Amino acid sequence: MEPLLRVEDLRLYFRTASGLVRAVDGVHLEVGRGRTVAVLGESGCGKTSLARAVLRLLPRNVAHYSGRVVLDGQDLMGLSEEQFRQRVRWARLSFVPQAAMNSLNPVLRIRDQVAEPLWLAGLVRRPEEAQEQVEAALRRVGVPVDFADRYPFELSGGMRQRVAIAMALILRPPLVVLDEPTSALDVLTQANLLNLLKTLRWELGTSFLLITHDVATASELADDVAVMYAGQVVEFGPAERFFRQPLHPYARALRASVVSLREERPPTPLPGRPPSLLSPPEGCRFADRCPERFDPCGQPPPQVSVEGGCVMCWLYAQEASRAR
Amino acid sequence: MPGDLLLRVRGLATWYELRRWGLFHQGWVRAVDGVSFHLYQGEAVAVVGESGCGKSTLARTLLGLVRPVRGEVWFEGRLLQTTEDWRAYRRRVGYVQQDPYGALPPFMTVRRILEEPLVVNGVRSASERRARVVEALEAVQLVPPQEFLLRFPHMLSGGQQQRLVVARAVILGPRLLVADEPVSMLDASVRAEVLQLLRALQRQRALSVVYITHDLSTVRHFCDRVLVMYAGKLVEQAPVGELLRDPKHPYTQALLAAIPDPDPENATRLRPVPPGEPPSLVRPPAGCRFHPRCPAAIPGVCDRKEPLDFEVGPRHLSACWLHEGAVVAEAASVAGADPS
Repeated sequence: MEPLLRVEDLRLYFRTASGLVRAVDGVHLEVGRGRTVAVLGESGCGKTSLARAVLRLLPRNVAHYSGRVVLDGQDLMGLSEEQFRQRVRWARLSFVPQAAMNSLNPVLRIRDQVAEPLWLAGLVRRPEEAQEQVEAALRRVGVPVDFADRYPFELSGGMRQRVAIAMALILRPPLVVLDEPTSALDVLTQANLLNLLKTLRWELGTSFLLITHDVATASELADDVAVMYAGQVVEFGPAERFFRQPLHPYARALRASVVSLREERPPTPLPGRPPSLLSPPEGCRFADRCPERFDPCGQPPPQVSVEGGCVMCWLYAQEASRAR
Repeated sequence: MPGDLLLRVRGLATWYELRRWGLFHQGWVRAVDGVSFHLYQGEAVAVVGESGCGKSTLARTLLGLVRPVRGEVWFEGRLLQTTEDWRAYRRRVGYVQQDPYGALPPFMTVRRILEEPLVVNGVRSASERRARVVEALEAVQLVPPQEFLLRFPHMLSGGQQQRLVVARAVILGPRLLVADEPVSMLDASVRAEVLQLLRALQRQRALSVVYITHDLSTVRHFCDRVLVMYAGKLVEQAPVGELLRDPKHPYTQALLAAIPDPDPENATRLRPVPPGEPPSLVRPPAGCRFHPRCPAAIPGVCDRKEPLDFEVGPRHLSACWLHEGAVVAEAASVAGADPS
């Protein structure tokens, strides 16, 4: 079956004072219907740029933007900016930005803020018409309805985050991009919010593209995991495999660096730092830090298909050819 | 058991005054409100709690940056009383800040940043300063030191910046290190590295460390003992293994249950979370401060009487009426009057 979202060879380069930054450099990704894909990686690996490229929320200094973003069988790259705004954003693909709690408009009441997608989609003409839907949306995310007349500063961080989610869900889009939805929240608030996202998934069947650097958070929601490194997805596959037995050496190192509460094994830090996206190495981008580096790693690694996904590493290319 | 007692804190309270229009007294924010604990030499203790529970105020008090309104701090067997006592004490305490980039002056080189505390504390000889700077850089594994001396903070990665902050904190040879959320601004992959460095320094130099964090998952491999803080009070104190294995206080239990481990099964179940939010520190609830959210609250007890520190095991204290009947610890929270 055709997945809900298919991203093919997506590239997003930025022009900066020091040169061309290849923030997203040939990303392949799939989000199945009702499934959640977690995009994991260190900061600066291009996770947020990937989210922006999918949502087409581009800053002015874009130098190059290409590839295919296919939502529900339709290639979004073919749409004009205006068509995208009218038909896709909020309605079929919405966004909960990083630190969403600080992204609410401070001078709008919660009620008006949450109703905005309704206005943009032309579904309401008078504020009274929006009221019912706004209240339903707030109830769905567990915000008391009498908060609707408050301003964002009167709400706690967790509540503001819920409001941002209510806004993203008000048009019932099939896919929501969540950029670090819980990173600034307390442990209990975080658990609460993840519970909410799980319930929404089960009840509404919404798919999420979850951008996070926190492996433990990812495990709370992910069906599939895409591990990003230096602008590329180096491993994509079922969450089960990533958490138990990741394939790519970077995915393994990332998994082993996690500081965990219950696991006996102490974490192993990952030495070194990711390469600059200004001039990434020609071959495998992880080669410099890779404990399993061998001869072919100087060449760009192939995309090797493995069960339920793919991995971008010479180690598995060898195995595949040997098996043949 | 670690060495001798380094720090003893009894009934410590740090309140901030609330004033309307900056003039008229309105009340007190009881950020730290009757905290008692011990810290041994060479011991690393984590203080965990949610934001707004007063853990950073506790850190600031232990650093001597704010003076408590009440309570006693004993350092190396001496009670800190006068401003002079506090000043002398402050020289023995190092501070590792939360945000390394914000904590490092952007226009100073690594060398000047590290020399500054030496200059302030009267190390006159330039060659001695230089030697100590190099030694501090080596201690935090910013090697070779020559490569780092002339760099500016922005030329370092986040992990390296935090190492530099650690180097600055230990360069005067403190007895106590207060680290306020030292890894929360760092990437997950470098967190383990910085925590391991702090742990190694603590062991090599028999340093005592107070590690403030909201993230219980980082305490396991890096601390000896954990103090759990809620709404200005310590609710539970225990050796780390025991706390994780057998938490006694309902708040600790809730906190532990809320923390995910990387396990794909997590996606299939909801986590139990207590209802409500932490109380206001201006008018905290009577009795136990957790009772409005507590699943095990005893009506007529928990909402009336403030719990004492009950000794539920060796070196394991729980401030909860469920454990009434256990021995009451010596340094029980001191009920006190308004400091005004």
